[in-house]
Amino acid sequence: MTQYVMNRSKLWSRKSKEDKIFDLINLLFLTTLSLVVLYPLYFIIIASISNPDSVYNGDVWFWPQGITFEGYERIFQDNRIWTGYKNTVLYTVVGTLVNVTLTLMAAYALSRKDLVGRNFFMILFVFTMFFSGGLIPTYLVVKNLGMVDTMWALIIPKAVAVWNLIVARTFFQSTIPDELLESAKMDGCSNTKFFLKIVLPLSKPIIAVMVLFYAVTHWNSFFDALIYLNNEDKYPLQLILRSILIQNEASASMVGDVESFAAQQRIADLIKYGVIIVAAIPLLVLYPFIQKYFVKGALIGSIKG
Amino acid sequence: METKLRALPRRNVRSVPKVNSSWKKVLHNYELYLFLLPTLIYFIVFHYVPMYGVLIAFQDYMPTLGVSGSPWVGFEHFERFFNSFQFWTLLENTLELSVLQLLFGFPLPIMVALLLNQLRNQRYKKFVQTVIYAPHFISVVVLVGMVYVFFSPNGLINNFLMIFGAEPVHFMSQAGWFKPLYISSGLWQETGWAAIIYLAALAGVSPEVHEAAIMDGASKWQRILHVDIPAILPTAMILLVLSVGNLMNIGFEKAYLMQTPLNVSAGEIIPTYVYKVGLQGAQYSFAAAVGLFNAVINFILLWAVNRAAKKLSGSGLW
Repeated sequence: MTQYVMNRSKLWSRKSKEDKIFDLINLLFLTTLSLVVLYPLYFIIIASISNPDSVYNGDVWFWPQGITFEGYERIFQDNRIWTGYKNTVLYTVVGTLVNVTLTLMAAYALSRKDLVGRNFFMILFVFTMFFSGGLIPTYLVVKNLGMVDTMWALIIPKAVAVWNLIVARTFFQSTIPDELLESAKMDGCSNTKFFLKIVLPLSKPIIAVMVLFYAVTHWNSFFDALIYLNNEDKYPLQLILRSILIQNEASASMVGDVESFAAQQRIADLIKYGVIIVAAIPLLVLYPFIQKYFVKGALIGSIKG
Repeated sequence: METKLRALPRRNVRSVPKVNSSWKKVLHNYELYLFLLPTLIYFIVFHYVPMYGVLIAFQDYMPTLGVSGSPWVGFEHFERFFNSFQFWTLLENTLELSVLQLLFGFPLPIMVALLLNQLRNQRYKKFVQTVIYAPHFISVVVLVGMVYVFFSPNGLINNFLMIFGAEPVHFMSQAGWFKPLYISSGLWQETGWAAIIYLAALAGVSPEVHEAAIMDGASKWQRILHVDIPAILPTAMILLVLSVGNLMNIGFEKAYLMQTPLNVSAGEIIPTYVYKVGLQGAQYSFAAAVGLFNAVINFILLWAVNRAAKKLSGSGLW
């Protein structure tokens, strides 16, 4: 056995000259790619704590220059950021709860072979991936239900994502053996009890994946808030970010005390870098820990689906 | 055949009509239907009712009269759209952006996955993967915000260009830069994530195939060509069909956020136009007609590509 393994690794490490050149180019390419992805993110971090004049003049490249936390101070003094944060957390928690509950319940039902009409329901759901009424008719439905300008407009119209439903159903189909159900039935277990007591405890990975996928969607969503909300007090973080980052509206509330216009612009830019970091912090902190779940989710969805 | 076999012994025991037995099954599993009920209601209300609501594209919709009471006008709104001066610009922008996105966004993840798969240093491979997945989780608003700060006249890119003595470029106010920035920022954000699926397909290739190829003296390059690429071809085909089927559905959010008064001529696409005339201008019926036009083209494309894929490779979506 050891002999075989040794031969195997020797075989894999056998390299022709051509292979060596290939490996070198490959390594260079992937390293460049990583740097291209990583550098903009790194630059934002150092720019957010550098003197805005140095950033403006192009003196900041690898290390922060003239470290200052003024940008963050101004950001945290701004009420809109806090309101936005609070709203986004609320929408994310409630929304994810609705999403995950409905998705898991429906996905489990659809995974059962003894559910009469499961193919019909599946087709009914999957069809909506390819054809939809479009923006205006959907808006009118939400409006007629009286949800405009409430948090429910951001939650109920997105209650279930077809793709996640398919992923969860596939997971149930491949991990819950029929024998388990049969033996539970023999013991007189009801469907609800079976789902709550046996299926859910066995489904921790998919629950984690669903929570993450839906939570990220809610955290990042911007479009629904744009079309359904009018009241600024209800704005989620992304809409606030838009007004600061893209519509350049940091000036009014955050840079009012700065005198010259040029200095205002530089402070506004400093605030922009800081705001990007503030918005990304939850994910930035969690990312290394939850990355594997995301990958797992993407894989469950792609291979068996 | 199967039903006959099953029906025979049953008839011998007692003659239970089939309808009855499946009703029995439904009743027996009534809880499962309750599990499904909220989701079913959701899809009907928020997906099928809007499909019915598409009828307003053929009406002069009055909110007080509703879909059932508003007067019919036939294809008037479609004609108005086809004859409007923006029609060709909109169609061209929408198609150009989506085709470019497909042209670059489809092959790049495959390339990255093939190359990553050849890395023998597992730790470095993991590091590269972790890095290139990350931008996928950045929100559109932040991504576009990054584009704005980096490409502003005194942003990172212009500061870099000025080292070489170039004049600062006003990227966000030139129509010509809209599409390159849209496409390249999309590649930056999604290439790594899109590569995951191909990496999974590559992990499924049995090492023995590679070993046999090495024995026969195949170089790494030859193994990519003759072992790896055939292995991911079916996955690639399905993803290609899916992305062609979504050709007209390129993101409203990013295009809308990237638009400035000066680059809007290149950045106006059908979805942003629908939003502007429909929700900002309250022309519900006209905007619904434009949206329907988009959806129909999209559906035709999906159907055609799926047919072609089935003929060519024997596998399609349905």
